[in-house]
Amino acid sequence: MSPIVSVENLSKSYASGTVALADVSLDIDTGEILALLGPNGAGKTTLISIICGLVMPTSGRVTVGGHDNITEYRAARGLIGLVPQEISIEVFETVMNSVRFTRGLFGKRPDDAYLEQVLRSLSLWDKRDARNMELSGGMKRRVLIAKALSHSPRVLFLDEPTAGVDVNLRRDMWQLMRRLREDGVTIILTTHYIEEAEEMADRIGVIDKGRLMLVEGKDRLMKQLGRKQLRMELQEPLTAVPESVAGRGLSLADQGRVLVYDYDTQAERTGITRLIADLAQAGISVRDLDSRQSSLEDVFLSLVEDAGS
Amino acid sequence: MNWISIWAIYKFEMSRTFRTLAQSVVSPVISTVLYFVVFGSAIGSRIESVEGIGYGAFIVPGLIMLTLLQQAVSNASFGIYFPKFIGTIYELLTAPMSFLEIVTGYVGAAATKAVMIALIILVTASFFVELQIAHPVWMVAFLLLTAVSFSLLGFIIGIWARNFEQLQLVPLLMITPLVFLGGAFYSSAMLPPFWAGVTRLNPVLYLISGFRWSFYDIADVPVGISLLAVGVFLSACLGIVWWIFRTGWRIRQ
Repeated sequence: MSPIVSVENLSKSYASGTVALADVSLDIDTGEILALLGPNGAGKTTLISIICGLVMPTSGRVTVGGHDNITEYRAARGLIGLVPQEISIEVFETVMNSVRFTRGLFGKRPDDAYLEQVLRSLSLWDKRDARNMELSGGMKRRVLIAKALSHSPRVLFLDEPTAGVDVNLRRDMWQLMRRLREDGVTIILTTHYIEEAEEMADRIGVIDKGRLMLVEGKDRLMKQLGRKQLRMELQEPLTAVPESVAGRGLSLADQGRVLVYDYDTQAERTGITRLIADLAQAGISVRDLDSRQSSLEDVFLSLVEDAGS
Repeated sequence: MNWISIWAIYKFEMSRTFRTLAQSVVSPVISTVLYFVVFGSAIGSRIESVEGIGYGAFIVPGLIMLTLLQQAVSNASFGIYFPKFIGTIYELLTAPMSFLEIVTGYVGAAATKAVMIALIILVTASFFVELQIAHPVWMVAFLLLTAVSFSLLGFIIGIWARNFEQLQLVPLLMITPLVFLGGAFYSSAMLPPFWAGVTRLNPVLYLISGFRWSFYDIADVPVGISLLAVGVFLSACLGIVWWIFRTGWRIRQ
């Protein structure tokens, strides 16, 4: 399947010398949910802004649905819906008129029946005649999503959709994203929340300092993360891993005072019972046990820190 | 041209106008009435007539031009500045629209509103003085051309302005003085020769003169020159708008 969004060697530097993006290449497949993770100022919003046509790249190329987003901007942009990070909304307008306006801007003929469907799916139908300024922050965010969906985009960009949003709304949004994906809409979301990426994404991309550090299927990433570590603090330090338990992924740490066992939580047997029995048999006594699981956050931080060092 | 998108902007802007109809219409009408009371009745009673036209009637074209220019500039500048200010401009910039289409929507709406208010003032004026319109087609042409030209200027100001002070600056420091010094309330023939020459440098003089000609068949400058001046001004604004479009100045990073 050809990618619906293709980013080739995209770079952006500002006149001040700030490099916001450095040689980013990325293909996004039709119908997937891609989460872009990264700290503040990493370049997530810049990447989205260039794809959507808000920011001009210094070099590189973007195609959406096979259309170059600069030379064939009408065809490319017509496929895109954008929900920005900031709540920017026409405060004096009603919800319905705001949504109609966006649909019109995208060159689509009025279709109130479709807009009703969109507003209902976002629990906004009852508020259709309310002015935007009368709405709560969470409701305003829903209006932004309704606006982005008003012209039936094939690709939806959500820039930090759940930042500062309560738990219920976050769940609602996740549900909506799943529904959209079922309809074949491709979703690209940026987020600080690793939990959100874990919950929603098919693939996860990590951006830091303008560079795309990694793009990996979530399942594969989770498999790597499915590894766990058991740390056994020993009564007496060892100089080497005993022969009788060698070859099981054991290593020594902390000058021989800690025996570390790496194992796969998703395997049928973890081998812990056997290991402890064998250690007892070898006369090695354990003072304390501690088990740790690396999270997406750890991987993320180690990637970001490695790049920084 | 993507007319659906242009219509969307036009309708949205016009609904903003109708939402604030009272303040949009009432304030120009009140200020016009005040001008008539002060200039038409108090001062006008001492001037009697200018080039055979009663003073009250003489100032009508100038008054309409004053409001038309102010309204065109402020509507268009506010229309595009406000989305910039509250951030909703992202929608315009990500929509599959050309810059020309965006300009057409905003300038069309601003010019429409300015012409509407100009016509309301014309009607208001007719209650105070005896009006005659010698060249109605030219009157409408001057009205439309001027409204479009100054709406374009307003659009440029809205893109240029970085804050509300700058947004107010041009109408306040440029438009009002140019209209007052452009013969809104007098004929340049009434000035000493030196100052009559200086006012020839004021582009608004040509607009008011041409517009007044369409009413009373009298003019400070030949009407052809007036039309040429509007044409030059319109072209200059279009040129700047085209340049903004090419470079993305102050809108696209």
